[in-house]
Amino acid sequence: MAVNKSYEEINEKIRRGEAVVVTAEEVIDVVAEKGYEQAAREIDVVTTGTFGPMCSSGAFINFGHSNPRIKMKKVWLNGVEAYTGIAAVDAYVGAGQLPENDPENKVFPGRFTYGGGHLIHDLVAGKEIKLEAIGYGTDCYPNKKVDAIITLSDVNDAFLFNPRNAYQNYNCAINLGERVIYTYMGILKPKMGNASYSSAGQLSPLLNDPYYRTIGIGTRIFLGGGVGYVAWHGTQHHPNVPRGENGVPLGGAGTLALIGDLKGMDPNWLVGLSFIGYGATMAVGIGVPIPILDEEMLRFTAVKDEDIYCPIVDYDEGYPYCKPMDLGRVNYRDLKSGKVIINGKTVVTTPQSSYPRARQIAQILKNWIQKGQFQLTQPVASIPSAEADIVFKSIPHKKPGNEDSVVEKRR
Amino acid sequence: MKNKLVCYFSAAQSEQPIIYRLVKDYDLIINILKADINPQKEGFLVLELEGERSSYDQGVAFLKSLGVGVEPLSETVVWQPSVCIQCGACASFCPTEALQIDRSSMEVSFDNSKCVVCGMCLDCCPTRAITLHFEIKEAV
Repeated sequence: MAVNKSYEEINEKIRRGEAVVVTAEEVIDVVAEKGYEQAAREIDVVTTGTFGPMCSSGAFINFGHSNPRIKMKKVWLNGVEAYTGIAAVDAYVGAGQLPENDPENKVFPGRFTYGGGHLIHDLVAGKEIKLEAIGYGTDCYPNKKVDAIITLSDVNDAFLFNPRNAYQNYNCAINLGERVIYTYMGILKPKMGNASYSSAGQLSPLLNDPYYRTIGIGTRIFLGGGVGYVAWHGTQHHPNVPRGENGVPLGGAGTLALIGDLKGMDPNWLVGLSFIGYGATMAVGIGVPIPILDEEMLRFTAVKDEDIYCPIVDYDEGYPYCKPMDLGRVNYRDLKSGKVIINGKTVVTTPQSSYPRARQIAQILKNWIQKGQFQLTQPVASIPSAEADIVFKSIPHKKPGNEDSVVEKRR
Repeated sequence: MKNKLVCYFSAAQSEQPIIYRLVKDYDLIINILKADINPQKEGFLVLELEGERSSYDQGVAFLKSLGVGVEPLSETVVWQPSVCIQCGACASFCPTEALQIDRSSMEVSFDNSKCVVCGMCLDCCPTRAITLHFEIKEAV
C-alpha cells in the first residue's frame, strides 16, 4: 500500500516522542540501504539547513517612546541608519546598510567592517547599542532628538523580516576578465582563477522540496537559532525556470520571505559579514522541516549534491552588464570536491555558504522535533510553483521627460 | 638554517640597500613574504632568511648593527575558530594549504607550520576570523 501520512499523524508521533527524524544528508544513506518506499514508510520528517550570506534580510524594531515623545524622521543604531518612514518609533534596519561615515569603496577595495548585519548580530548578542534619532517636532511628538544606549531587552518589539532568503539554487561565479574583482560572491581571480558558489546543496531547504509542496505560507522553521515562519514567497521568486528530471531548478528559482522574533534568536546563527570591495551583509541560519507525506516527498528529500546543477556565470561582464553567456553548468558534488573543470580548465572552488553550519542546523532542528518541542505546520496557502507564469522583470528603459514615459502620462 | 623574521626599519634605514648586502656579503637566500617600506618613513619587512649557520648569525648581527629591529616571526596568522563560520572561502586562496577543508566534513582547519603569511586569507574571510598578529611597534 502506498505511503500516505497527514500532518496531524506526523505531529501526533512528534508529541509522543516517536517520530522518526533524519537530516537531508542522512536520508540519502537510508534510501541507499532501504529503498524509497521503505524509507518513506519509516521516516516522518527530513530536516534541512542552510547558513550563508543573505543580503535581503533585516529587522523591524519598535523602540518605545522617549519622554517627551518623538516622531523619528531619521534613526541610527551604532551609526547604521534604519528606515523610519513608518510610525513614530518604528524602524526597519537592513543587513546591507552601512554606517553614514563608512569609506565605502573610496579606497578600493573597501573593507566594510560594520553594517546592518553586524548590528543585528550585536543586538541579538545582548550588546549595548547607541541609538540616535532626530525628529522635526509636532504637537503630539514634541521631542526633536534622542541619544541613548539600548539593548535588545529595552525595545518593545524586534523581529527579523527577511524579504528574500533561502534561494533555491544559485550561480557559480567566475571571472573571465583580466583583473581581480570583488563581488558579493567573494574575491574572483582573473582568467577563471577560481569559481565561487553559495548553496548548501543537498541540505538546502528549497532543493529538498523543489515544487514547494510542503513549504508554504505559515510553515514553522528554524530561523537564526530561534523559531520563525515563512511569511510569503520571497522577492524575485521565480519558480517557472528550467528544471532537471528530478524537479530541481537548474539555477536560481524559488525564494522565501521569513519572519521571526529576534528576541528568541542566537547570535551564532545571525552573523555580520564583510565582503571586501562589495559591502556588508549577514549570514542567516535557516532550517526547514519537511514532512514525508508520501513517497514523492521522500524522493525529493533524498536528492544528492551530484544531481543538483547550477549555472556558471561570469561576474566580470556577464552578470554586471546583464550579458547572457552560456558557460555551462556544474554540480554541487564537484563544487564541494574543491575543483571543477570549466571549459577544459581545472578551477579551484570557493564556497560562500557554510556546509558544516548547515549540517548543524539540520541536526538542531532534528533534535527539537525528536524532543517534541517543535511541531510541523501545514501551509495556510501555497507559494507559486513551477506552473506559475511569473516574468522576471528589469527596470524599464523609460526616462522622465520622454513623451512615452510613465511620469509624463501621470501629469 | 632557515627562519622567518620581522625587521623594523627607521626612515633613514629604509634608504639603504640592506637586502643587497645580505645577499652579497653574507650569501643568504632571502624570500620576502611581506613588506611595507616607503621612502622617508619607517617600515617593516617579513622575510625568510636561509643560509649557513655562521652566515645567518653574521647577517642578523649586521642588521642589528645598522639599528634594524630583528624579531623572530611566529604565530603570525591567527585563525579564530570561535569567529569562523566554516564557509571555507579562505582555503581556496591559501597557496600552501595551511588553511584546508576536510572534504568529507567540509570543515576548515589551520596548520600554522605551513603558513607563509602571504595574507591572502585576510581579505577573503567575511567574518574577519583570520587576523595578522605580529607586533608592529611604530605606526606604519
